[in-house]
Parts: sequence; structure tokens; C-alpha cells
Amino acid sequence: MPFPLSHLLHFTPELILIVGFVVLMIVDLIRPLRRAAGILALVILAAAGVVAMFGWPGTSQTIFATYSHDPFALFFKVFFCLATIVAVLFSLASFKTDAEYYLLLVGSALGMSLLSGAHDLILLFLTIEMVSIPSYILAGVYRGQRSSGEAALKYVLYGAVSTGVMLFGMSLLYGLTGSTDFDLIRNHFLQGSSSPITLFLAMLLILAGIGYKVAMVPFHFWCPDVYEGAPTPITAFFSVAPKAAGFAALLRLTVTLLPRGWEAGWDWPMLFTLASAATMTLGNLAAIAQQNLKRLLAYSSIAHAGYLLMGFAAASDLGFQAVLFYLIVYLFMNYGAFFVVDIVSRKEGSELLRDFRGLGYRAPYVAAAFSIFLFSLVGLPPLAGFIGKFYLFGALIDQGMVPLAVIGVLNSVVSLWYYVKIIREMFLRDPLKPVPLLTGVGAKVLLLALMIPIFVMGVYWSPIIAVAGEAFQLVLP
Amino acid sequence: MLLTLSIFIPTAAGLLILMIPRRMETLQRYVALSGTAVSFILTVIVFLNFNGSTSNFQFEESWIWVSSLGITYHLGVDGISLFLILLTTFLTFLCIISSWGSVKERIKEYHFFLLLLETGMVGVFCALDFFLFYVFWELMLVPMYFLIGIWGGPRRVYAAVKFFIYTMAGSVLMLVGILYLYFNTVDPVTGGRTFDILLITRQCHFPLGIQTWLFLAFGFAFAIKVPMFPFHTWLPDAHVEAPTAGSVLLAGVLLKMGTFGFLRFCLPMFPEAAIRFVPLISILALIGILYGALVSMVQKDIKKLVAYSSVAHLGFVMLGMFAFNLQGMAGSLLQQINHGLSTGALFLLVGVVYDRRHTRLIEDYGGIAKGMPLYASLFMIVMLSSIGVPGFNGFVGEFLILLGTFKANITYGVLGAAGVILAAVYLLWMYQRVFLGKIVHPENEKLHDCTAREAFVLIALIVFIIWIGVYPEPFLSRMEPSLQAVLDRIQEVSTAAPLVP
Repeated sequence: MPFPLSHLLHFTPELILIVGFVVLMIVDLIRPLRRAAGILALVILAAAGVVAMFGWPGTSQTIFATYSHDPFALFFKVFFCLATIVAVLFSLASFKTDAEYYLLLVGSALGMSLLSGAHDLILLFLTIEMVSIPSYILAGVYRGQRSSGEAALKYVLYGAVSTGVMLFGMSLLYGLTGSTDFDLIRNHFLQGSSSPITLFLAMLLILAGIGYKVAMVPFHFWCPDVYEGAPTPITAFFSVAPKAAGFAALLRLTVTLLPRGWEAGWDWPMLFTLASAATMTLGNLAAIAQQNLKRLLAYSSIAHAGYLLMGFAAASDLGFQAVLFYLIVYLFMNYGAFFVVDIVSRKEGSELLRDFRGLGYRAPYVAAAFSIFLFSLVGLPPLAGFIGKFYLFGALIDQGMVPLAVIGVLNSVVSLWYYVKIIREMFLRDPLKPVPLLTGVGAKVLLLALMIPIFVMGVYWSPIIAVAGEAFQLVLP
Repeated sequence: MLLTLSIFIPTAAGLLILMIPRRMETLQRYVALSGTAVSFILTVIVFLNFNGSTSNFQFEESWIWVSSLGITYHLGVDGISLFLILLTTFLTFLCIISSWGSVKERIKEYHFFLLLLETGMVGVFCALDFFLFYVFWELMLVPMYFLIGIWGGPRRVYAAVKFFIYTMAGSVLMLVGILYLYFNTVDPVTGGRTFDILLITRQCHFPLGIQTWLFLAFGFAFAIKVPMFPFHTWLPDAHVEAPTAGSVLLAGVLLKMGTFGFLRFCLPMFPEAAIRFVPLISILALIGILYGALVSMVQKDIKKLVAYSSVAHLGFVMLGMFAFNLQGMAGSLLQQINHGLSTGALFLLVGVVYDRRHTRLIEDYGGIAKGMPLYASLFMIVMLSSIGVPGFNGFVGEFLILLGTFKANITYGVLGAAGVILAAVYLLWMYQRVFLGKIVHPENEKLHDCTAREAFVLIALIVFIIWIGVYPEPFLSRMEPSLQAVLDRIQEVSTAAPLVP
């Protein structure tokens, strides 16, 4: 099959990232330029994001027989570029580091961009690894710090296991169907010639592998340790971008291989229902006892993975649309929350709950911003987090899945407990040392930039939800 | 536009206050005062132009908000919400005045939260779209949490968190109920889905089983707010620890959200389930009346006594509402207003002595009527209205409620009447111990009487207390058409089931 070279144009965002990656590598070698690496990374990522955005919504087509060029992929490309841009800004505001660091972030963004369009098992596997490997290094970027090294090691070990499990599932699937292309696998499924048990096992192993990436219970063990040990900007990045990448892969797999009505001999939405209920309940209950805020937010991010899985349990257009919308909202509120933790922990030396005591009087602006992010994570109107949850719960009730929706809302109440604990510490208690905690203008601007979308999308979200709906038009045979 | 303005002018004033430099405290107070005053005046204009002969919604405003979901920005008032809105803006206005002398810390944030709270409260009563309603409903939580938690008493942190979690637990189940209604009703005009409360009320005819679940989902949220007997434990903590203005608004307005919710949603939307729940709710209401009164009797803290008396008063409100006749319901609605005025005034009165002595224990007082004659007389008037003595507003409300209850079920009526007597016992006994007798504590000799500002706030409330007590007609006549409409809706379905269980 000949591939017209013009198809390469669809890869412009990735090409920009590749060129940028190489440029950053060279910059790393030239000492005087190193300082500009962060800015350069920003320019590269912004260029790739803007190019991807201009392609919107485009036409859906399969290129090079392995890659889907469709609104879904474009949506995630823009999303990943944005998520990485925020991570770079966050790092610039937080700590000085080498060009190498930004190089890895750009590399990770490249992997995620490619992943969003993967339409083939091998490409999917390769892109997932392209995201994971820079992540392992990023977790250990504080070379002198034991906890950072520990985090990196844990991440590598858990990651390797999950990769192995996923690869085993993929090989089973290939053995059963004789193909790595999603379309061909799907056709094979539809003929129904393979044994459903083996198919189920193969799919389950693949989903488990991705479940590791999104920190789904029972594959979440690595998450709190890695999040606690890694430098905060990286933790924030992990909690948003690679997690969203995992969800992108999960979405494409579910929609192309496990459509509702025909479910590979198994009730997949039921499985997602159980996973979702377990993930959010465990995440929220475990978060209650945490004293370290990075750990607390790690468990909170597990809980949020559970909320996102509700969209998969609903397995309807509305449900998947809700997942996409929620990811956008989640990006802003989670980055915001981690950013505040970073601001405080850099001044206080640790990120324990007591370091936040009386923060409302030491740094009112930062504390108020933190409250906004936390209230949005709880899902209180009129903030964007509420709208996100509103769509997720709505999708469930639309499918008649009231019990899971009830579990979901009760989880919101549980989560209120520990988020409010932080707010209580900041505003209702007097500070231990009543000295103002000063923050730079850059940090304040970044906080504002993260807060504005939360307010705006809480009141006027029609355009964003429309984009999420449009993005959901996948390439289907 | 009147309603929109009266909802959002407080928020606008609040945002303005945030921009005023911290040291200009008096200016901040004046901005807050004018914000609430404008809001109050606007609602008075609504009241004056209200057509009391129809059950239709008036001053309606409707804008499409999110067309893909069928969310509209839809506001309106009817005879049920009219007085609750007036009560809200009136009490908030008075709260700003009463805080003038008593709140001295973090004035800026205090007024910001108070004004934000007003937006939420007025919004809840005006909203005719479920989405909008829910946004306003939840919007009240955060300011109230901070008001209790920052400016409250010694156990404020505990009380604030308890209040927040309790109320949130109730409201999230209501969210599930709202979404269920949304996905199961169709707008007859467009054929799409809608969040419009009026359309949903008209369209929803569910089988009894589903109605029961929906009634419970909504009723749980409202029962916590009211609070009905087993869900009342957050109330004493929140009311006692909140600053005076917080207690006034909690008792005066926030509790009414629950009773209003029953009247606006549970009864007209799930009438068959409501009929089935009459015995349960009536019995819980009676337990609330008797339990609230008995617990009030043994309180050592005046504020706690007033807080528990709310449980009893709200029991009457629920009892009258579930009598399902016009007298009972009119009494119930009127009693909501009465309770807002009388209990609001009681909390303000407690605040007056607390500001002077910083104690609320009954045993720390005694004989203070000698030094504070004006205060003692104002307290007497408010207390008599709370007891339900003829000539004051409480009597009219309780009388109508008992009339309606006797008509519906004599046993409930007899038990309810016993509660009226108990109310007299705990309040009069408290009055005797605080105001009469000899001065035992020397600190109480030098207490100065009400200042002009305190007296103004209290007299403003007493004017209405006596007005409703002597001439309730303008209030009752405006309520009746709307209440009759709710009643018709119940009677429609009760032809199959007997109305009186």
C-alpha cells in the first residue's frame, strides 16, 4: 500500500516537537544557551499546540495504516501541549534546572501526542513507552535527594511490570486475531471465531496495563509514593498529563474494540463500574488520613481517576464527552492545587498539613486560590469542577445507573472532608509563625491564569463541551 | 430585572468591598449596608407590585443559558417565595447593622461572605430552573462555613465543618434526584430535555415506587436543612458557635430552605409519595416539637436554648404543611416567616448581652431587667411572640397550624398543642432567671441598656411581629392562591388514595 507523503503534513505538531527536541539537545551542549532552555521549550510546545489547534476539527482518516488522524487525536494533542506548557511554567517558577529536564518534558509531550492517534497495538505500545521512560527519569530529577531517587526506582519497577502485563495481553490478542491493527482486530471480534474467555483475558491484561498508568484500583500502589517523592512540578505533571494519556488510550481502545452492545463476550461497562466505584472510594478514604499534602493530592488524584471511570461505566456518547470535559477541568484545578503546595513547601521546607496553618493570614491570595482549586475539586458550584461532575453523574443517570451515581456523590462528600481539612487549616486556625509568606508576581499570575478557566467554565462551558463532543467523533470502520 | 438585581447587587457590593483597602473599615460597612438596603428596597417593590389573586409566577425572567442541556436562567416569585425573599433581604439588612458594633475583626471578608450568602439565599427562593437552583443552593455553603468558622465561638471549627459536611451530604443526593428528573421528563414544546422547574412539575407523573425514591432523595436534603428530628444534630452546634448575624440568617433563612423545598418540590412533584409519607413526617415533626421543647428547658446556655427552640418551631411548620389543608399550610408558611422574625430577634437579643458580658450562661445573669429596662421589654415582646401569645405573630401561625392539624388528625393536633405549652415553660423560665430577681453577679449592675442601633434593629423586627399578630390578612391573602395550587395538585391524586391517613 503506497503512502502519499502529504500525509506527513498531519504530523506537523509532532514534527515540531521532534525538531524542538533535537534543538534542545544541542542547546544543552552550549553552556550560555542553557538558561534559555525553559523558554525555548515553551515556544516549541506552544508552536506545536497552535498548529494542532489550527487543524481542528479536520477530517477523520487513517494514515500509514496505523495512525488515526481525527478530532479526537487533535483534541488530545492540544491538551498535552497545554498540560506540558503549564508544567514548564510551573518548573520555571519553581526551581532552576538543566536543559535536560525540559528536553524530557518535550519528549514526553511528543510521546503523548503520538499516542493520541495510535490505531495499532505496536504503535500504542511504543508511544506508551515513549511517555513512560521520560517520566521515570523526571521522577528522579533531584539527583541528590533520596526520596526522589526512591520515587524514580519505584516508578520504573511498577511501570516495567505493568508494561510487561500489557505486552502479554497484546501478544495474546495478536495471536488470536493475527493482526495488530485496531480495525482488523475489531472485524475479527465481530466474526466471533475466537474463544471469548481468551479474548477477555487478553483485553483484561491490556486494560490492566493501562490501569497502572491511570492509577486505577487495584493498580494504584505506586502512585502515592511516586507522587510524594518526585519534585512537585513533576508530580503535578504526572497527575495530569500521563494520566490523561492513559485515559486517551483507554478511550480509544474501549470505543473501537469494546463498543456498547457488543462487548467481546463480557460486560465491560460492569467491569468499569466496579473499577470506578473501588477507585474513587479507596482514593477518597485513604486521602482522609494523609498529613502530607502531596500524598493527599496523590490519593485525591486516584479518586479523580475513579470519577473519570464513571464515564466509561456509562459507556455512552454523553459519558465519553463528560470524560473529555472533565480532563480539561481537571488540568486546571489539579495543577493549581499542586502549584500552591509547591509555593508553600519551598518556603516551609515540607508539605505537611501544619505548614498550611494560618496561610489565609500569611498569604491571603495564595490561600484563596488554593481554596478555589479545592472547592472545584470537591465539585461545588459555580466552579468548573462541578460542571465536570455534573456531566459525569448525568451520563450515569441517563443510562439508568443510579447506584453508581449515588456512590459517586457520596464520595464527593467524603472528599469534602479532607479538602475542607486543608481549608480549615488555612483559614480557621491561627498561623504558627505570623510572618507573611511572600510570593513572586510570576507565581501569582500563573495562579490567576489557572483560576480564570475554573470560574469561566463554571458559568459558561458550552463551547468547551461542544469541542469535547466534536472530539469524540472517532475513526470507526 | 428586579429579581436579578436583588440577587446580584449584594455580590456586586461584596466584590466592591474586596477592592477597598483594608484600613477603610467604615467605608466597607457602608458599602455592605447600601448593597443590602438596595436589595431590600427592590424586594419591597416586588411585594408592592405583587398580584395576590393568582398562583402564577410573577416578575418572571427567562434567558437561555446552556441550550444543549436545556438550562435556562429562569427566575420568578409566587405567593410561597414572596415572603421568604422579603424576609431574607430584610434580615440580611438588619444583620449588617447589628454587626456594626459587634464584629471588629476582618471586616472586609466578613461582609463579603455575608453578601455572597444573601445572593445564594435570595437566588434559591427565586430560581425556577433546577440547575440554577442547585447552584444557588450550594453557593450558600461556602460563605456560611467561613462565617461560622472564622467569626464564631470557641468550638467554631468543629461546628463549621459539621455544618458543611451535613448539608453537603443532603444536597448531593438531591443532585441525583434532579438529574433523574431531568433525564425522565420531556419538554412538550421542544421535545428536548429541560431543567425548568415549572415544566418538570407539570410533566412529572411517576409511578409510586419511583416517586418514593425521589421524595426521599429530595426530602433528605430538605430534612437536614429544616432540620427534622433525627437530622437536627448539626443545628445546635452551628447556631451556637456562629456569630450573631450567622445565627440570625441560619435560623431565619437557611432553615426555611428545607421547608420551602418540601413545599415547592416534594409536594407538587411527588404528591402520591407525599401522601404516603404523612404519618412518618408528622410523627417526626411531633417528636421534634416535644423533644426540642424538652431539651430547650434544660439548657444552661441562652443561645443553645434558642437554637433548640428552632427544632420545636420547625416541627410545627412541618406538621402544618403535612396536614394537607389550606389552614395548615397557610399557618405553616406564615410560621416560617414568624420564626424568621422572632428567632432572628432572639438571637440578636442574645448577641446584645453577649457583646457586653461575653457569656451566654443563664446562671451568669439574673435581675438585669433593673439596669436594662428597654432591653428587658424588647426581650419580653419577642419572647411572647415566640411562645405564641395572642396579639403576636406566633399565635396566628401556630393557631392556623393546629387548626389544620386537628382537621386532619386529632391525635397529632393534641400532641402538637402540648408543645405550645412547653414553649411557654422554657422561655418564661429562662426569662425569669435572666431578667428578674436580685442581681447576684456584681458585673451585671453596670450593664448599659440597648444602644440606639441595637434598639432600631429590634424595633424594626417587632413592628412586623405585631403587624402579623394583629393584621395578618395582607400576608395570608397573598399566600393563598399559590398554596391552593399545591393543594389542588395533591387532591388531584388523592381521589384514588384517601387524603387523611
